[in-house]
Amino acid sequence: MHQTLKDVRREQRIFTNRALAAAGLVIASLAVVVVRLTWLQVLHHDEFITESRENRLKLLPIAPTRGLIRDRNGVILAHNLPSFSLEIVPERVPDLDDTLARLARILPIGKEDLARFQRQRKHKRRFDSIPIRTRLSEEEVAAFAVNRHRFPGVEIEAKLLREYPYPEETAHVLGYVGRINEAELKAIDPVNYAGTSHIGKTGIEKSWEEVLHGKVGFEQVEVNARGRVVRVLNRQPPVPGKDLTLFLDIELQRIAMQAFGDHNGAAVAIDPNTGGVLAMVSKPGFDANLFVEGISFKDYKALRSSPDKPLFDRAMRGQYPPGSTVKPFIGLGGLETGVIRFDDTKFCPGYYQLPKQSHKYRDWKRWGHGKVDMDKAITESCDVYYYDLAHTLGIDRLHDWLARFGFGQRTGIDLPGERRGILPSREWKRKARKQVWFPGETLIMGIGQGYFLATPLQLASAVGVIATNGLRIEPRIVASVSAGEGAAARETPIVAHAVPVGDPQHWSDIRMAMNHVIEGRHGTARRLRNPDYRLAGKTGTAQVFTVKQDESYDARKVSKKNRDHALFIAFAPLEAPRIAVAVLVENGGHGGSVAAPIAKAIMDYYLLGKRPAAAGKKP
Amino acid sequence: MSAVRTGRSALPPSDPNKRQGLLAGLHIDLPLLIGLLLLYAVGLAVLYSASDGSWVRVEAQMARIGAALTALFVFAQIPPQRLRRWTPWLYLAVIAMLVAVLVFGHVGKGAQRWLDLGIGRFQPAEFAKTTVPMMMAWYFSRHPLPPGWKDLAIATLLVLVPVLLIAKEPDLGTALLVASAGVFVLFLAGVSWKLILGLGAALAAIAPLAWLFLMRDYQKQRVLTFLDPEQDPLGAGYHIIQSKIAIGSGGLWGKGFLNGTQSHLEFLPERTTDFIFAVIGEELGLAGILALMALFLFVILRGLYIATEAQDSYSRLLAGSLSLVLFVYLFVNTGMVTGLLPVVGVPLPFISFGGTSLLTLSAGLGILMSIHTHRKLLPQ
Repeated sequence: MHQTLKDVRREQRIFTNRALAAAGLVIASLAVVVVRLTWLQVLHHDEFITESRENRLKLLPIAPTRGLIRDRNGVILAHNLPSFSLEIVPERVPDLDDTLARLARILPIGKEDLARFQRQRKHKRRFDSIPIRTRLSEEEVAAFAVNRHRFPGVEIEAKLLREYPYPEETAHVLGYVGRINEAELKAIDPVNYAGTSHIGKTGIEKSWEEVLHGKVGFEQVEVNARGRVVRVLNRQPPVPGKDLTLFLDIELQRIAMQAFGDHNGAAVAIDPNTGGVLAMVSKPGFDANLFVEGISFKDYKALRSSPDKPLFDRAMRGQYPPGSTVKPFIGLGGLETGVIRFDDTKFCPGYYQLPKQSHKYRDWKRWGHGKVDMDKAITESCDVYYYDLAHTLGIDRLHDWLARFGFGQRTGIDLPGERRGILPSREWKRKARKQVWFPGETLIMGIGQGYFLATPLQLASAVGVIATNGLRIEPRIVASVSAGEGAAARETPIVAHAVPVGDPQHWSDIRMAMNHVIEGRHGTARRLRNPDYRLAGKTGTAQVFTVKQDESYDARKVSKKNRDHALFIAFAPLEAPRIAVAVLVENGGHGGSVAAPIAKAIMDYYLLGKRPAAAGKKP
Repeated sequence: MSAVRTGRSALPPSDPNKRQGLLAGLHIDLPLLIGLLLLYAVGLAVLYSASDGSWVRVEAQMARIGAALTALFVFAQIPPQRLRRWTPWLYLAVIAMLVAVLVFGHVGKGAQRWLDLGIGRFQPAEFAKTTVPMMMAWYFSRHPLPPGWKDLAIATLLVLVPVLLIAKEPDLGTALLVASAGVFVLFLAGVSWKLILGLGAALAAIAPLAWLFLMRDYQKQRVLTFLDPEQDPLGAGYHIIQSKIAIGSGGLWGKGFLNGTQSHLEFLPERTTDFIFAVIGEELGLAGILALMALFLFVILRGLYIATEAQDSYSRLLAGSLSLVLFVYLFVNTGMVTGLLPVVGVPLPFISFGGTSLLTLSAGLGILMSIHTHRKLLPQ
């Protein structure tokens, strides 16, 4: 049993040896850790200090404030209102569905909100925040704020939201801003738009985007692990967008809009001396504010499917046959090319026939105007006179002459999406229709029908050329640009094209004939005669060619759709014109009775400050 | 203990076992106590920084330190002989609690570790860290050393039963610590070097089997993450990547107390608990860490010294293994925070926020003090 006895000394010796070995192990192991620490803290210190800096420092863009838009009297038409929205950065949210469900318990989140959120999510940039709720009330902001820690990746964004105080009146001219989409993303400067969520989509907001937007600023911030800003280290402020002052008079715009009554149509008023657009109406308008934070599907569907087509800008995208409003231009062409003199007369039996053809081109007056000179042909709008004149001029001269007034071309207005209309020519027909030009087509072009199409904007611009004795000034909507209040305004330049004037008397004769449209005993717009100012004008009626039967089920509407468009062009005062107007009333019937009074209302207010009698409609 | 010795030589004929001074009377070992208090102080300061200047956690930790010091004091009063008598019963009680945990225990974070005794929840596995080496020391103290094959087998069984129970919870970190405590007792008991090497080889052979049959998916994931943290930088690898950035960016002198960006901006996870070492590395740099390591080394070596001075094999083995358990804590924690070892939930002793390990490790130091101050000194 010797082995089982404890040898105390031996045990003590073994233990001391082992304890020493253990101490060695301890020291060696800790030395390994120290070597590791040296590797981390000394040898690779620079890399880790960089990584730690990248962790916490972020360069945040600060979006510039968008420039304001004012009318000619300083009335604000587009501004930025502070608004709170609840925004989500999906990349920062651990479980999006769960987050949305929990959010819905705190704040009312509608189906529309969710649908818009999902839609915008598809078109967003990486780490962009998308609003789930916009225009939060203060109570809603507070309700979220106390729960904020439970929602990583969800933030209340206080930002400036574009607002249009006169939405119906200005929607087509101003356009609207909306969230930047993928296609726009490719076109914009990614640095300058780094902090910007909205961009001009249509109208002035689009064409003047560069000026309105401003220059991005930057902020160097320290963030924590959840991406929240802890403090600001450095800041380079943004340069706000510049303010625009328009030629447009919002009151004039409103009066023009109201003058249409129940009709749809367009009216354009231009100062012929500057090209400044005083009013540009397309009725009906729509509420552009709906588009700013993304329009709901329901609202958009309603706008799209409305038979009145409110989204369609009739003033510069609507192309209509100009009808008899082209007569002064063609008449002037006849005089200037020397194929006719002002006093030369033709006999109007109520129809016109081309030589060796049996087809009768009818006058609007069945029994004819009898002996007609140019004054009477314009005043009473004789078609036969113009069939003959157009025939004499021929399509080539007719086309070239009318082109001088800007027909068939863009006017050059500082708005996007303007249409050219159609000024037919032999070449145009060969290209567009793959056909030769027929002489009969020249005749109906002489009364502004056939292939001939013009926009109301083109008509207003063209009548301004007659008013100014040959100055075609490109219409402009923006009068001046200024860097905020008090800063010097920079005026936009006039771009003028001189139309060659052969004999000034010819121009004066035409202006007088147009005056007789109002002041003549048989003038088609004689109801506009007034003691306050003299004006010159021309009525027109454009046939509506196509009616798609499936567009509407309303019998009354269909029949109304078949009605002619009413047109009227004018300028005033006769002696020194300050305003040129073109009015188009869709399915309005006769120009003199429907379109002319709208032009009169516009001119009355602009020249006299006089509001229409039916002032009860004014808000 | 030079002070005690000089005191002894100053009073030659009197009873050498009559302790001089208040600390000696309270069975307190001054060097260990100073080392421990310094570690507590460092822990509180770093905890204050890691919890971003909030006193809430610091105050809670102070209360726990109070409890830990009480436990230390209580254990220091228990003579090793009495502890030795209690040992088998303590061991059985711990085994019973470990079984109870698996049967009735509370589930938290996917593991069943907690036992609720009405006065509060605790993890029985923590007690195993002290009881297992106690039990082995008790066993070996009754048999001649170095141990024979039979003693070795029984001792291994004594370790394996609690280790497997803990691993089943599952709590791999604690199981590892308990197993290492057992291995240390075997080592200190004088198991031949050949056997130790053989055991190491056997473990290496078992490892793949453990991978296939024993380890849970999340445990496997930890090992994979350790091997290649960059493969999942925002998921499993995030801890270790951020921890390395924190330590590495601290450099030689650190970013300064309270100035760590990784911790204060919350990039570093678990910064008050398992990863508090990274906060020290970031704010105090290599210099601060070396000072802390020196402090730990002092406490561990003091523990080993006490072990060699102990008078019976039970005390020796227990003191030695308690000191080495402290070392394992330190090594595993610093190793995992610096990316040397896979992430297993082992706190930095006396520093990490948390109560259980603080309590058991402090009680362990109390046992060390008891062993040292209850020696029967022979008159010269």
